Amino acid sequence: MWDIILERGGYWAIIGVMMIGLYIAFSAENLIKRLVGLSMFQTTICLFYVKLANVANATAPILLPEDMPKGAYGAERVADLAHTYSNPLPHVLMLTAIVVGVATLSLGLALIVRINESYGTIEADEIHASDVKVQMAEEADAARTSGEVAV
Amino acid sequence: MSGDVMNETSTSIISVLLLCLLFVMGVAIARLRNLFAVVMLAGIYSLVCAAWFILVDAVDVGFTEAAVGAGMSTAVLLGAILLTSRNAKPERRLARLGPLAVCIAAGAMLIYATSDLPAAGDPSSPANTGTGLTYLQINWADTGVPNVVTSVLASYRGFDTLGETIVVFIAGLAVVLLLGFGERSLSETLRKLKKGDKAP
Repeated sequence: MWDIILERGGYWAIIGVMMIGLYIAFSAENLIKRLVGLSMFQTTICLFYVKLANVANATAPILLPEDMPKGAYGAERVADLAHTYSNPLPHVLMLTAIVVGVATLSLGLALIVRINESYGTIEADEIHASDVKVQMAEEADAARTSGEVAV
Repeated sequence: MSGDVMNETSTSIISVLLLCLLFVMGVAIARLRNLFAVVMLAGIYSLVCAAWFILVDAVDVGFTEAAVGAGMSTAVLLGAILLTSRNAKPERRLARLGPLAVCIAAGAMLIYATSDLPAAGDPSSPANTGTGLTYLQINWADTGVPNVVTSVLASYRGFDTLGETIVVFIAGLAVVLLLGFGERSLSETLRKLKKGDKAP
């Protein structure tokens, strides 16, 4: 039992943080807060990938001086590399994800600024109420004009 | 060897402490209504994430998170609240229950799924014995760059990075097209019109 907690506890903690981000994205009526929640959720996914890439008792994937020989590695050293360094590939993928995340965040914020210019609010329920009001008014207008035509 | 074990234990304790800090900050962000405080806490959240990345040997990711996540996205968010509003409306209490139930269910399912994951820090897990290990083995002979993350980013997966740059460029273009500037910007035009009304 204790072994399982030690081996998986890190994942559980990350999933807990992840769900907080998801909760903010779901529950917030304010669009900016919703985007903050989404970007937190995205950062936590990066945490999860990096956690998978981590190797116990290893170091960052920057070669130590003894791993920079003149020629190729000996067969013994090649097998040992996996225990010396963490896995670099998920790090590269998450670097890309972080930068793209900020790009999409700014795109979302630009949309919100544009919404604020048109509706005068950034609360999701007020935007919905305003949409409903406009639609009802348009339908009433259409009904009135068609009534006038019939008369 | 006992030094290694001690080191590993202290690392995992610090890691769990940082994650608890992140959790507390997430709860605080969920409860706050002042958007300025939300944005500042989100910046601190990114910074703590960066510290955690460095703790688990992802130094390049930590560096990027500190610069881009904590620096740039905070600046962008501050600009957005400057253009919109500073405070969020109080939420309805009952409306929180649905999202809370969904998140608890999703979290429970994910935690159930972790029983199939390899143990944390296992060097022989599928993720750590595949392409990543190959990059570690061939990097020095191929490129001669000591930092493996850099050589994978710029050499082995250079087209990935090119695609990423294109995505960032398109996003920037879309922001400019959405907001506009000068004559095309709505707020700018409105301000000019109002000024024109007052002048005569």
